[in-house]
Amino acid sequence: MSRKNLSRRQFVAATALTSAALVTAPYVRGAHAAGKLSIGFWDHWVPGANKASTDLVNEWAAKEKVEVSIDYIPSQGNKLLLTTQAEAQAKSGHDIIAMNTWLPHSLAESIEPVTEIVEAIIKQNGDVNGTVKYLGVADGKWLGVPACVGSQIKGPCSRIDLMKKHAGIDVQAMYPAGEAPKADAWTTDAFLKAAEACHKAGVPFGIGLGETSDNVDTVGAFFLAFGAEVVDAKGKVVVKNDNVRAVLEYYKKLMAFLPPDAPAWDDASNNKWLVSGRGALIMNPPSAWAVAKRDAPQVAEQCWTHGFPVGPKGRFAPFLPYYWSIWKFAKNKEAAKSLLMHLSQPDAVEKMVKASGGYDLPAFEKLTTLKVWAEEGPPKGTLYHYPNPHKHQVLSISASPAPPKVAQQIYTQATLTKMCVRFYQGEPMEKTLAWAEGELEGFMRS
Amino acid sequence: MADVAVQSNRVVGVAGGRKRSSLRSALKRKSTAAFLMTLPLIILVGVLVVYPAFYSLHLASLNKSMARFVGFGNFEFLFKRETFWLVVKQSCIFAITAVLFKALIGFVVAHFVHNIPAKGQRKWRGMLLVPWVIPPAMSTLAWLWLFDPSYSAFNYTLSFFGVGPIPWTGDAAWARFSVILVNIWVGAPFFMIMYLAALKSVPDQLYEAAAIDGANWWQRIWYVTLPMMRNIIAITTLFSLIVTFANFDIVRILTAGGPLDHTHIFATWAFRVGIEGSDIPLGASVSLFMVPILAIAAVFILRDINKRGNEA
Repeated sequence: MSRKNLSRRQFVAATALTSAALVTAPYVRGAHAAGKLSIGFWDHWVPGANKASTDLVNEWAAKEKVEVSIDYIPSQGNKLLLTTQAEAQAKSGHDIIAMNTWLPHSLAESIEPVTEIVEAIIKQNGDVNGTVKYLGVADGKWLGVPACVGSQIKGPCSRIDLMKKHAGIDVQAMYPAGEAPKADAWTTDAFLKAAEACHKAGVPFGIGLGETSDNVDTVGAFFLAFGAEVVDAKGKVVVKNDNVRAVLEYYKKLMAFLPPDAPAWDDASNNKWLVSGRGALIMNPPSAWAVAKRDAPQVAEQCWTHGFPVGPKGRFAPFLPYYWSIWKFAKNKEAAKSLLMHLSQPDAVEKMVKASGGYDLPAFEKLTTLKVWAEEGPPKGTLYHYPNPHKHQVLSISASPAPPKVAQQIYTQATLTKMCVRFYQGEPMEKTLAWAEGELEGFMRS
Repeated sequence: MADVAVQSNRVVGVAGGRKRSSLRSALKRKSTAAFLMTLPLIILVGVLVVYPAFYSLHLASLNKSMARFVGFGNFEFLFKRETFWLVVKQSCIFAITAVLFKALIGFVVAHFVHNIPAKGQRKWRGMLLVPWVIPPAMSTLAWLWLFDPSYSAFNYTLSFFGVGPIPWTGDAAWARFSVILVNIWVGAPFFMIMYLAALKSVPDQLYEAAAIDGANWWQRIWYVTLPMMRNIIAITTLFSLIVTFANFDIVRILTAGGPLDHTHIFATWAFRVGIEGSDIPLGASVSLFMVPILAIAAVFILRDINKRGNEA
């Protein structure tokens, strides 16, 4: 083995030559020349769904030469909520963060408006539903890009066999796969009769009246179906009205046919109810069905996700959107906007929806008829009506049309559910309304 | 002038020397060394406790959008809320009942364990400490399954005896009972181990003397055991009262404050209002409301410790 010794003169000469070469060479962009970007995504509960997002981000990062770090933050135990609130307080954290329902409005002061990119995406993908605008726009500015990941509709998921046998309702015929719904007879009265029949048969509807999101969303859709506003769009407390009285009377009748422990239900209770085979209907995105596919295939084969019953003032279904927002204190806003444009392209959206097994819902009009919902099963077509492809129902959110900051209080304090439970448990109607009025007035503080 | 200058330099020099020597002797003092060794912890406490405490005071004085100073406005608002007083009532019921039963159970179990022969005592001590050693969030999850509204293991068992079903977390009274029960289950071993330590320090001669005087079992407890354990009972009870008042995990996991807000305590309601409802100043005000209550408890603890020190 030979070794050539480098003399001091040779070393200096070589160093000088190298330096000269480097200085005079043309500028070559390094692997991460466009800076760094950190993202806090919602941690998807569907196995493998996060991978689709990661792949799309990496694809963009490689093209744009941006160094990206992604944190998948679970909503379980309010981890994502806590992270978001903490970052807003600390004015430091991720560049992009996933925010759901009320957070864009409540943290609006800390969010970078993204109006121009959302308008461009709408131009490309079609308009968004009213709830997405209501929750995502403040003072005419978009506070986040509507994300398909995590967005959902909480509609009825019925047992085909049990509904047919006990209530005489063919949910597949009412909501046929690949066709527009034939659900004119699917009214709140028909719903009540079906609930009674299934209760008598020992397979009651699994609708909770607790204080968590699933419970609040369901009761909110019924309130809207009866035109029962508790606070109007201008922020005026209007709870003492006949529509509210009517929906409370309706819920009192309905609650008699629900499981007796419904006031203690949380977001997992209805899922367990369906998967265990004890109930004929729940109000949920197709997560319970997806779990049943794995744990109780005989139940999954009988599940059909469809639309809400129509009430005196219309047919409403709860839509809970997620947004990808950019913090005002983000260090790389331009890169963040570029990435959100990339994630909102139809191809990217389709990949994410597919990876979630059809659970994720794009908010954009042109993207609600992807193949995945028609093809998912068993039974095939069970998710066809999940994304509301025929605009058969108004996608809404509980406590709307109150101003979002007030509605958030109504929603988190579960005021509507509490009203129903109080009235059902024997409190006089006017006392319940007076209690609600006091609560709602307290939510007006600015 | 020159003399004066020299003189003044000498004075400075002597003062500097004294300073150096006093610094050296200060560093050699045990108290200084102890202070320096605890300094990192003091800084840590300052950063992690004092700063957030003052920050929460600052937050509690702001309006909902955190843009305006409102002084005590948030507290005034809270005092007018029905739910707030429900939370105050519930917190008191929760803390007092749970601490009372924890103390009682701890006292009884400590006596049982104390009377077990030394050989087998360690095993029992270890087993009885399990509920306290497991992270409360984990054990509460297990209780949640036991209390599950629809699939409760308790109800399933009770059904064999023709009892139930009991709405463990669905009815206000039962839900209160459930959260208190779990808190007792988690906290009683702490009392047990503290009381056991106190029992072991009671001199046997006192019991022997009492026996010679003809004292029965109850008189031995009343006139010997309780006076000897008085300080430890007071300290443990008051310490537990503080911890129980500030509890969060058990109620949050088991009932999340429901049904109809009947199990909310300060911490869970502060979380609901502040974090979930995005009203951080109001949430800070709710949690700060615990401060005067806990401060009174702390004063009692310190007085008790002081008294104990003087007696020693």
